[in-house]
Amino acid sequence: MAKRTALYDNHVAHGGKIVEFAGYELPVQYEAGVITEHMTVRKKVGLFDVSHMGEVVVSGKNAEEALNRIVTNDIRGMYDGQVRYSLLPNERGGAVDDILIYRVNGECFLIVVNASNADKDAAWISSHLPKDVKFENISDKVSQLALQGPLAETVLKKVLAEEFIPKKYYSFTKEAKVNGMKCLVSRTGYTGESGFELYCGNADAPKLFELLLKEGKEESILPCGLGARDTLRLEAAMPLYGHELGEDIPVNEVGLGFAIKMGKEDFIGKKALEAHTPEYVRVGAKVVDRGIAREHTDVYCGSELAGVVTSGTHAPLLGYPIAMLRIKKEFIDKPLEADVRGRRLKLQIVDLPFYKKS
Amino acid sequence: MKILFRESHEWAAIEGKTAKIGISDHAQKELGDLVFINLPEVGAEVKAGDVLCDVESVKAVSDLYAPVSGKVIKVNEELESSPELINQDAMGAWICEIEVTDVPADLMDEAAYKDFIKG
Repeated sequence: MAKRTALYDNHVAHGGKIVEFAGYELPVQYEAGVITEHMTVRKKVGLFDVSHMGEVVVSGKNAEEALNRIVTNDIRGMYDGQVRYSLLPNERGGAVDDILIYRVNGECFLIVVNASNADKDAAWISSHLPKDVKFENISDKVSQLALQGPLAETVLKKVLAEEFIPKKYYSFTKEAKVNGMKCLVSRTGYTGESGFELYCGNADAPKLFELLLKEGKEESILPCGLGARDTLRLEAAMPLYGHELGEDIPVNEVGLGFAIKMGKEDFIGKKALEAHTPEYVRVGAKVVDRGIAREHTDVYCGSELAGVVTSGTHAPLLGYPIAMLRIKKEFIDKPLEADVRGRRLKLQIVDLPFYKKS
Repeated sequence: MKILFRESHEWAAIEGKTAKIGISDHAQKELGDLVFINLPEVGAEVKAGDVLCDVESVKAVSDLYAPVSGKVIKVNEELESSPELINQDAMGAWICEIEVTDVPADLMDEAAYKDFIKG
């Protein structure tokens, strides 16, 4: 049976339309609908329950070195309170997951993983750490809220002292107190807007959720569901595991070179990646014809199969359908079409991200 | 005029020999924000229960089924540029008009349809 987050009753009370996602019952949208929720995050501020995400803690004297051997990014030289994105590679150079690494201190790291991979990641990470490094899966104790949008900081300032508001993108403060509720607050998100993610104990989550909605009234805050979360991340061209990333997709074919440090000493999958000349690329496309090219849709150049759509939707802010494609390199400059239920839709390759905040 | 509903949530507003076709308010709520509609072709002969056309919401594409048999004589082209009219007024936003040759006996009137969606 699907799990519920600590906010389940709040979702129902706010009119959330509940669906099952990654083993959790979560709202795909509230009454406002996906497009309104999406636009609210782009123009104002939205609040998401992302408690389904997993959290593990890796600690000990050798934690940094041990962790650095199982991730593609280089986590040495981070400061306490910094966040870094990385892939978690397998031996073949594919991705077990993509993760955020929070450096609490030099001997303690919080790792945030995808909900759908939480159990797999916990098993993978714990089995690839030496005995002297401590591993703890705290996913079931922690709730996570995402406050996203240009007015997110205005709302957060009403409930949190200035000193606890992280200043830099990809940094965090711990020990923050919101009405006595202890939170870890990071300036991170999955929407392409400025915003924050707040981690708290399950018992505090409903109060924190309602407080932020109340304090954000003036800013026209809306609770937002998984539907808007997906359209927002897609407009911002952020990859999603199971779509752009997977166990059998070499991580050097997905345009995330900034998070893969081939120069650092040995890490899982490094040899495989060194030996692999990328065959495919991740590109963005605008659908020129009417219709949406969704994931798993084949992409053709004439009669030749060029690749596949990994994510596709109607982009609410842009007002036209967009897609991320995984295509063979040689087709980048060729005319491409998506085969949508027997209809060919013309695609136009465009720069990623589709949307960038000004 | 009488309005009849199909179990798959399309309606037919029948007046004399023709019927306007649309989807129910319940259906538009379930589908969410609509962003595209592929209208049927004028002149197409359809049988009740056949796929009539499809609509795309942000999340998914859905087939719509013909509630009655006949020939498509008109389509509501306004929906091509503004599919959200269906979300705003599902019972008013007709998709096409059919010259009716057959009305299946299992269509429901509004009261029966309301009971049906209550489950």
